Amino acid sequence: MKRSLSKTQQESADPKQRTRMTVNGETVERDVSVRMLLSDFLRHELGLTGTHVGCEHGVCGACTVMINGRSGRSCLTFAVQADGADIRTIESVADENGDLHPLQEAFRDCHALQCGYCTPGMIMNVLSHMESDEEMDLSDQGIRELLSGNLCRCTGYANIVKAVRQAADKANWGSA
Amino acid sequence: MKPSLFDYCSPQTVSEVVSALSEDPGAMILAGGQSLVPAMNLRLASPTRLVDIKNVADLSDISISDGVIKVGAMVRHRDLELDDTVHAAHPLIREMMHYVAHVPIRNRGTVVGSLCHADAAAEMPLLLLLAGGTVTAVGPNGTRDIAAAEFFQFHMTTSRAPDEMILHANIPVLPEGAGYAFHEFARRQGDYAIAAVGAILSVDGGNTVTSARVGACGIASTPVLLNRVEEAITGSTLTKQSIDDAAKVAGDAVTLPDDMHATTGYRKHLLSGLVRRVLAEAAERATGEPVQ
Amino acid sequence: MSTRMFGAPVKRNADAKFLKGEGAYVDDIALPGVRHAAFVRSPFARARINGIDTSEAEAHPGVIAVYTCDNIGPLDIKMPLLIPHESMTDAQTQRPLARDDVYYVGQTVAMIVAVDRYTAEDAALLVDVDYEPLDVELDLEAAVKDDAPLVHATHPNNVAADFNQICGDPQSGYAEADHVTRIQIQVDRSTSAAMECRAVAARYDEITGELIVWDTTQAPISVRGGLASILELDEDKVRVVAPDVGGGFGQKVLLFYPDELLVPFAAMQLGSPVKYIEDRRENFIGSTQERTQIHMIELHARKNGEVVALKDFFLHDTGAFIPYGIAVAQVASTSIAGPYRIPNIEVRFQAVYTPTVPVTPYRGCGRPQSCFAIERAMDQLAEELGLDRFEVRRRNLVTEDEFPLVREGLLFADGLRVSLDSGQYHKALEMVHASIGADDFAARQEAARAEGRYLGLGLAYYVEGTGLGPYEGGHIKIHPITGKVYVNTGLSGQGQGHETVFAQIVADQLGVAVEDVILTEGDTGAYDWGVATFASRAAVVSGNAIHKTALLVRKQTITAAANMLEADPEEIELRDGAAWIIGGNRNVPLAAIATATNPLRYAFNDAAQAATQFAPASRHDGPPLDEGQHPGLEATDYYSPECATWAYGVHAAIVEIDPDTCSVEIQKYVCIHDCGNMINPVIVDGQVMGGLAQGFGGALMERIEYDQDGNPTNANFVDFLIPYATEVPEVDIQHLETPSPLNPLGVKGVGEAGCIAVGATVASGVADALKPFGDHKFHHTPITPSMIYDAISTG
Repeated sequence: MKRSLSKTQQESADPKQRTRMTVNGETVERDVSVRMLLSDFLRHELGLTGTHVGCEHGVCGACTVMINGRSGRSCLTFAVQADGADIRTIESVADENGDLHPLQEAFRDCHALQCGYCTPGMIMNVLSHMESDEEMDLSDQGIRELLSGNLCRCTGYANIVKAVRQAADKANWGSA
Repeated sequence: MKPSLFDYCSPQTVSEVVSALSEDPGAMILAGGQSLVPAMNLRLASPTRLVDIKNVADLSDISISDGVIKVGAMVRHRDLELDDTVHAAHPLIREMMHYVAHVPIRNRGTVVGSLCHADAAAEMPLLLLLAGGTVTAVGPNGTRDIAAAEFFQFHMTTSRAPDEMILHANIPVLPEGAGYAFHEFARRQGDYAIAAVGAILSVDGGNTVTSARVGACGIASTPVLLNRVEEAITGSTLTKQSIDDAAKVAGDAVTLPDDMHATTGYRKHLLSGLVRRVLAEAAERATGEPVQ
Repeated sequence: MSTRMFGAPVKRNADAKFLKGEGAYVDDIALPGVRHAAFVRSPFARARINGIDTSEAEAHPGVIAVYTCDNIGPLDIKMPLLIPHESMTDAQTQRPLARDDVYYVGQTVAMIVAVDRYTAEDAALLVDVDYEPLDVELDLEAAVKDDAPLVHATHPNNVAADFNQICGDPQSGYAEADHVTRIQIQVDRSTSAAMECRAVAARYDEITGELIVWDTTQAPISVRGGLASILELDEDKVRVVAPDVGGGFGQKVLLFYPDELLVPFAAMQLGSPVKYIEDRRENFIGSTQERTQIHMIELHARKNGEVVALKDFFLHDTGAFIPYGIAVAQVASTSIAGPYRIPNIEVRFQAVYTPTVPVTPYRGCGRPQSCFAIERAMDQLAEELGLDRFEVRRRNLVTEDEFPLVREGLLFADGLRVSLDSGQYHKALEMVHASIGADDFAARQEAARAEGRYLGLGLAYYVEGTGLGPYEGGHIKIHPITGKVYVNTGLSGQGQGHETVFAQIVADQLGVAVEDVILTEGDTGAYDWGVATFASRAAVVSGNAIHKTALLVRKQTITAAANMLEADPEEIELRDGAAWIIGGNRNVPLAAIATATNPLRYAFNDAAQAATQFAPASRHDGPPLDEGQHPGLEATDYYSPECATWAYGVHAAIVEIDPDTCSVEIQKYVCIHDCGNMINPVIVDGQVMGGLAQGFGGALMERIEYDQDGNPTNANFVDFLIPYATEVPEVDIQHLETPSPLNPLGVKGVGEAGCIAVGATVASGVADALKPFGDHKFHHTPITPSMIYDAISTG
């Protein structure tokens, strides 16, 4: 049964397309299969495995990254669609010394994560709002609506709401 | 859950898009991808070619002229939602947009894409129908405008020909002085509606309804105008009683059979309740005071 | 003295890496040259397979291998029955790849290995399977009727197990009673739906003969044992690692899933690493689920509400196979009397095969169902006797002087006795009564009804047997260079915070900082004695094992330090990473002690040089290590509980029903909870709140739907509704801490607690709210808008 592997079986036979984008400030250029999802591209071509995949149909939000400054589902975007785009992933959020961003620190302070699988998507979603100039509703309901679109199966969300409020208070965010 | 293989092209012009569609009957347009890509990942859709329109110029434009809001094919939901000029011209849009999935989806998904996807429970098709809008299609034989009522044929089916591209949607602005409202119920925030109702009411000085457009989605195979409700409320004076009476006749518009989220009986009841709330809120906005 | 860490709200050691995206889940582990597996799965709930043609798939570019039952050698077997029990005969388990028959939609029929997952999925569609569909019955009550189509021809009426247990003397209890309340309740099927689906990757090293398997399992040691046994390998040549795992909730316990055997097999056969990353749809149709039970429960009571006997018969849906035995049903049956003294109990169940995804424990494991049965029955009893719902419970709750309350005759899922060990059941009830505002609720409800608003008060009590054996171990070693403390246990973590709470336990004994205690679990290469993570047992069983071990290492450390400091052991205290003369400044760091206790101590570094000057070994005339002595500061010990320890709690809610949308708004929710001594209250709250959220999902939204042909119709996150933040209310969580007398730390388990009583509480509240519409019971969860509509439209 054991088969030796021919050279042609080392990789997919899919047609490739040259694709260039900025990821966490660095320009990357690769030949990618046209059907490769951005989530797979980030994770397996670039090794940025902090972006997680939870459903691949857009409901859970674990794969959320920032695309041109706005949050988006990397599982619902083909890598070729991101040609020319500016992508940010969770790996870019802490500072260059590895110190946590205030939003990440708030998650730790408030025990806003358990298994950690949904966490990068949550952070990227909230961060995209923090960094935009949109006015935000920081009532309990407002924060819950901000978080809706990201599933968490561990925490029951209460501590995530607390963490977002703590980070927002510290950043004086939403007072606009 | 990975999509099957397809040809990919990203043309620069509308005519190239139309050619690319014409060449391959299995081709589909890729705009935001927020409905198409999940279907592809689940292999419920397997287009043989994707024509990505992101490089076509001017498709992200929003403009308002002659009382019509023109929404280009690459306008993302979020852009339309946050556009203050659009909000001033038709405040119902932002209100409905709030119910379209979640912000990360609205950041990527396009309004025209949602119209073309034509989910019978989706908000944007209802908006187009309620506002009496049209879409502008361009194909090998030229350009045509298609009225909403004609465009939406069935759940996830439109009258767009396979080789046509919808260039933009045309949404008439809110009639001056009209009241408007939108209410939706889903079991979970951002999900497709079990039922949703929108209304645009114009009234005279005596609180009598001079024109009414009342529509719903999630209840039939397309978004529908609730004609019996419109007839019942038009010409009547806005009171709690007249609104109750109009809401009572809404239920018959439900034609969906029982599904996992709702029985038909419940959906009819829900529809009537939403109509009552929507009419009351629209009336209050039209008259400036709560309905007595 | 150092601040005591046990009981402190310490921040978690694991968080920084997760927050930075540096967690290492199975699919994150880079394996050069890895191949990707995908499965061909049955599209029929029950069918004969007349043939499988794999030729087109094999010829597809990029395909490396196609496996069916005909070319998997030692794996073409029925997989093991994990927990045999006398109540089952000829228990049916699944084959890794179907042979002759398929039994549910989603069952694995063939496995493709290809250059990437995209290609593997393409090829899976090219496998041509000739199915001959057979009749099915999906309805649980119909499935046990004589004419129902059989899932397994071997099992008439589809009954997989039939088990009756008796406590006390039910017949005399029935005779004593003045009143009988009878209800039928149903809880529908749900699923764990952890955010990370299951995943398995394997690499075989032909030079060393070592097989490494990365698996999202909650039971790596057991997976290792099973793999070695089935593949006939030396256990030491198989290493199973559960790395970071994105939630488990029970679904990741089952051994074996087909992929857990097939992926390592393929990696060995193909000579390259292979991985299988389950996708969300596969998780819905291929990974185990739980909950469907239908109970017919009777409470036999005196006029004053005192329940003298309980009789329950229930049907338990076990799905197409019963690999885990009767565990779920047994937990349900032994929890049926809740926190009440009820002296006479007769509880029988039938586990029923249905052509659906197999059933194994999901967080709660039968307890939400038995809680729903007894608590809805208590509400009904109160109503029938004209008693207040709190009062009927007061009259039956076990009092503090009655502990331990042993239910003689009932055996828990561990085969040991049911003994409610401690608690303050009455106090908890009064706390929830006060916090929910029960005293003035009737007036508020009345006033709201006058405005056309429908408020209801819901109430439910639960108990939870936790910390099942048979045992866990703890291994602790103090590192001679850094002085850091390395701890092992046989569990694996899925986000619970084991690394932090176990570090707190050790920190107290060894006087080190919590962040200097480093836990390695889930890796059989590091430690391989133990059981697994399930049954709310980690804190109880591993916690106490680690505590006992820490005491041993503490003693070793103090003895050696006393020797080095030329003091008596009684004069030594451990704090700040060193051993100190009490009241003085003389100290020696743990690293130095660990170095000095190793007779071979080359002066590699300053610490070792410093350590050598004490030369403790020179005090001996004999060999550097005495008989029975071991080098270093290191110990292993075990904890094996005599029986489960019982946590408990009580929930109350104020709900409002919107009569237009028929939706339920939770206005206020109070959870009183007691898991004994809390190691880390913040982590306990997190566990409880997470469980509550799954409870709200189960109460109102989550139901696995099958059509009458057995096709799952909501096998995705669009239609299977897990709550977002917008669907989970705030909860007022309050704790009592009644220590368990059964273990040194006085702890009880907490992992499953939150979810148990939510369905019963919400149903109780909805029924109360809708009283004006007639006598609607809400004896079925999840409660959907359509169910509420049916109630208000017939009222």
